[in-house]
Amino acid sequence: MTSARDGGSTIVALSSGAPPAAIGVIRVSGPKAKGAARALVGRLLEPRRATLARLRDADGALLDEALVLWFPGPRSATGEDLLELHCHGGRAVVDAVHRALVALPGLRSAEAGEFTRRAFANGRMDLAQAEGLADLLAAETELQRSTALASAQGQLSGQIGEWREAVLKLSAQVEAALDFSDEDDVEELPEGFTKSLEELGRALGNWLSRARAEKLGEGFRVALAGPPNAGKSSLFNALVESEAAITSPIAGTTRDAIERNVSINGIPLSFVDTAGLRSDSEDAIEQVGIDRAKSELDRADRVLWLGPEGEGPRDAWEIASRSDAADFEPKAGARFKVSAKTGEGVSELKVALVKAAGGTLPKPGEAALNARQHHLLSEAHTALCAASDSTDLLIVGEELRTVRLAFDRLVGRTTTEDMLDALFGRFCIGK
Amino acid sequence: MQRYDVLVIGGGHAGVEAACAAARMGARSALISFDLGAVGAMSCNPAIGGLGKGHLVREVDALDGVLGRAADAGAIHYRMLNRSKGSAVWGPRVQADRVLFKAEVQRLVQAQANLDLVEGEAAALALRGGRVAGVEFADGAILEAPRVILCTGTFLGGVLFRGEERFEGGRVGENAATRLAEQLRAAELPMARLKTGTPPRLDGRSIDWASLPEQPSDDENWTMSALSERRVNPQVFCAITRTTLEAHDVIRDNFHRSPLFSGAIDAAGPRYCPSIEDKIHRFGDRDGHQVFLEPEGLDTHLVYPNGISTSLPVDVQRAVVRSMPGLDRAEIVEPGYAVEYDHIDPRALTPDLQLRAIPGLYCAGQINGTTGYEEAAAQGLVAGLAAGGEAMGRAPPKLDRANSYIAVMVDDLTLQGVSEPYRMLTSRAEYRLRLRANNASSRLTALGIAAGCVSEERRRWYERREELRARFIAGFEREVGAKDLVDHGLKVRRDGGQKRIEEWLRHDGIDLTVLQPWIGENVDQDLELAQEMAEDAVYAPYLARQDAELQDLRASEGLALAPDFPYAQVPGLSNEMVERLSDASPPTLAAAGRVSGVTPAALAALLVHARRREAEKADSAPKAA
Ligand SMILES: Cc1cc2nc3c(=O)[nH]c(=O)nc-3n(C[C@H](O)[C@H](O)[C@H](O)COP(=O)(O)OP(=O)(O)OC[C@H]3O[C@@H](n4cnc5c(N)ncnc54)[C@H](O)[C@@H]3O)c2cc1C
Ligand SMILES: Nc1nc2c(ncn2[C@@H]2O[C@H](COP(=O)(O)OP(=O)(O)OP(=O)(O)O)[C@@H](O)[C@H]2O)c(=O)[nH]1
Ligand SMILES: [Mg+2]
Repeated sequence: MTSARDGGSTIVALSSGAPPAAIGVIRVSGPKAKGAARALVGRLLEPRRATLARLRDADGALLDEALVLWFPGPRSATGEDLLELHCHGGRAVVDAVHRALVALPGLRSAEAGEFTRRAFANGRMDLAQAEGLADLLAAETELQRSTALASAQGQLSGQIGEWREAVLKLSAQVEAALDFSDEDDVEELPEGFTKSLEELGRALGNWLSRARAEKLGEGFRVALAGPPNAGKSSLFNALVESEAAITSPIAGTTRDAIERNVSINGIPLSFVDTAGLRSDSEDAIEQVGIDRAKSELDRADRVLWLGPEGEGPRDAWEIASRSDAADFEPKAGARFKVSAKTGEGVSELKVALVKAAGGTLPKPGEAALNARQHHLLSEAHTALCAASDSTDLLIVGEELRTVRLAFDRLVGRTTTEDMLDALFGRFCIGK
Repeated sequence: MQRYDVLVIGGGHAGVEAACAAARMGARSALISFDLGAVGAMSCNPAIGGLGKGHLVREVDALDGVLGRAADAGAIHYRMLNRSKGSAVWGPRVQADRVLFKAEVQRLVQAQANLDLVEGEAAALALRGGRVAGVEFADGAILEAPRVILCTGTFLGGVLFRGEERFEGGRVGENAATRLAEQLRAAELPMARLKTGTPPRLDGRSIDWASLPEQPSDDENWTMSALSERRVNPQVFCAITRTTLEAHDVIRDNFHRSPLFSGAIDAAGPRYCPSIEDKIHRFGDRDGHQVFLEPEGLDTHLVYPNGISTSLPVDVQRAVVRSMPGLDRAEIVEPGYAVEYDHIDPRALTPDLQLRAIPGLYCAGQINGTTGYEEAAAQGLVAGLAAGGEAMGRAPPKLDRANSYIAVMVDDLTLQGVSEPYRMLTSRAEYRLRLRANNASSRLTALGIAAGCVSEERRRWYERREELRARFIAGFEREVGAKDLVDHGLKVRRDGGQKRIEEWLRHDGIDLTVLQPWIGENVDQDLELAQEMAEDAVYAPYLARQDAELQDLRASEGLALAPDFPYAQVPGLSNEMVERLSDASPPTLAAAGRVSGVTPAALAALLVHARRREAEKADSAPKAA
């Protein structure tokens, strides 16, 4: 069976969002794209120029009036002949055009990620860029988008290219010392060798200490904690601006942890409401909730502590809640004094959280590492450190080779098919 | 008319190994050379081994080749290069007495069963239906054979240069095989020119040895061949001198008279072994270059000054030599010269060194663009085993980059081609830690035994060694506690716990000698096998890490690319890449990844395309009932 993923056939898909939308972009890629253009438009198109044209099906029925673009391969996004039809975005129109296209001999609907896979296979992008694109398509917030874009535009690949050069140079110095020192009087390792090695190690270390790309998807995690009835759920609702959590004067209302993601100024935040902490609960369900709350506190990037001062986890922010209430108990070291009821202090708290989150997330426009990239880069980093530590030139050479291999894998050399399938499977159809 | 399975043309190092290997595989073989008295001659420096090259000698030996045994028979000076570095880059090297070396080669060749020796000039190949059918001699006689191995060295279109002088011929005193060269050229094989050179030979009696630092043969007892029990010859000293600023000035003043710079030679020479004029030209700021004075034999006064290969005119050579310490009255017996010669682009060869364009014709040695006896011998072995194996319907030992330098070289040659004479270097081997000169037998001899190319004598030697290994393993697996070691004065952490001897060996400052009390009589420390196993233990964690990598590699070696793979049809490959891949014709996807200039993206494109072709083939194949 011919694998549908692989090049050769001509594929069709809607590459803009799902209809209805203002406009629907349908892409056709492959050797029969030119024939498809002739069949629907009825004439040859000028390369790389938008043309307004009437699209007709095989029976001559008018489908739509659309903007049509023709990109002959290999100078196209996929590296193959590529036709783009910008139709009116209604579901009926898009469906009709799509039907007319796949009815043509040799054309079929694309599978998920197939367009990008072809672009990759045809050398139009490397693995790091493709990964950036996959992340981009999954991006929800502005920050996620700009970070993914940085990777898609090759920031990471460019950086790896530079490092690779540096490692090659170091390797060459080691190899020269190994292969030529006994012959003519070639020097042992040059003076700056160790320093360059350590510098490179530090540069990699810096990237590794940057926030990970997943962090963008997960968001900055803020847990609300304190004893029952401290007003956690009420504050939670105020922060996420919805009545997500049930509040009541009954102590022990919240049993399970509740999580809501919001994006404030493009910064993804994930708020977690937890069960009130008390040691004397006799309710088995509540006890489970309390255990869960404790593990949430460990996982969180920041804890808002609504309980008695100093009794919260380390590094938690002390919050004095219910500031408007008659029985309000001020806290001397409170960072914020808030009222879920009047809204006092809530927006200040939000601003402070956004600021704290921003510091731990990748900067806008800065490429971030995803899990695979992080893993390979730390492999390279470990090997660099081992190279610095060894006095045996042979081992130094071997460690540097490991570094080069990790870099190669980062940009897609030695790509195994499983890896490609896993990556391109993350794309939606039409990309 | 005589019929053979395999004919080998050329009695140099490549030819000798090729002929003997084919014969060991059981094929009826003959070795043809201009002058049978010259079989086994060393054209240049009478030294065998060295960095990277020592590995090749040991590997050829492990597959029962001739080179190692002949080297020991001629050796008059042993030295382990790179001794201060890790053992994987040690380079065993000997200087050999030319006469003794050649005599041993000839003795082994004559004693080899299934091998005839034929004297004469191979003038042309007999071809039939595009295949090799035999060899035609200058006198018109023909020997028939379906397989011919060309090991003609620099004898293809060789031109000799010395200052303003020119001679035709590969070596001083021999003819260049120009008729054969014309025939190969007519076949439109991809060919190119390279150059190499040799230094002047000095009369040892005119050297002031007493004024120069000596370099003695080392006082250990290792040998080049596993089968040599000991060193047989008296050992001689070498001496070390240096070129001087005065010599450099003389050379600079005469650049215009060197064929290298006058434009007479424009072929590329070896970067790794440059002529002295090249060294001065490129590293003008150095105040001197080391020169080793190496005696050429026990019964000759000839001395080889290693490091000043040159094609300058004789008067300049004399001035340069005489400006060096200890050589102020030195006499030149034979001046140095450069040779420019044709070689075949080795990318035209399959991994068993057969020309894709002329089935049945194999090429080995300098004709493939390499330099050095060891490189030549190793290729001869590969071609001989392949041709002999094919004749007998048996597979030769399977060599790959993870088990031998031999395969590294053949893979490099056939995939990358050469732009300068190819010389073995340890840095060419990515799995260097597992490819040590001293574990060649462990890596290869069993493969040789299975393929049937190993003599009874070596097989017995190997089997005894494996029995010993089994006993040693027991010793290496014994557990010792850290406290115990500390109590004996060894510097390890007292809380280090119980570990196997094998693991303790990975600690700094711990070796077999200090562990003697615990290893006991299980392991015979003096034996090289014990040392080898101790090194295995030290490198084991790195080898384990490489294993995962090798698995990946073998997976992509499983994806075959046919010789006619349509690279031009793969979208996304640049014209340059299409050309490189078509020239190299990599047999697998893994090999394609090693062709220089092939990018990760291109490799991915190839993978996808190759899979699709496979699927299409499976589709169109008739379904089994
Ligand atoms: C000037 C010079 C200096 C060198 N210096 C060094 C050095 O210092 N160290 C080093 O390791 N290597 C050196 N080399 C390289 C080394 O000599 C060769 O790489 C190696 O010997 C090649 O081995 P081979 O078997 O391929 O060819 P060769 O050893 O050249 O053998 C070729 C054989 O083929 C025979 N032959 C050729 N044509 C025919 C024919 N038509 N019919 C019959 N017989 C034929 C010849 O008689 C010869 O026996 C030098 C080479 C040259 C030319
Ligand atoms: N006046 C006033 N009342 C509040 C405020 N926040 C919470 N309350 C009241 O306090 C009571 C408890 O509030 P919750 O938000 O349910 O408290 P909780 O900490 O989630 O309690 P548990 O889920 O039981 O642990 C409710 O009756 C709320 O109406 C506030 O800011 N001002
Ligand atoms: Mg609650």
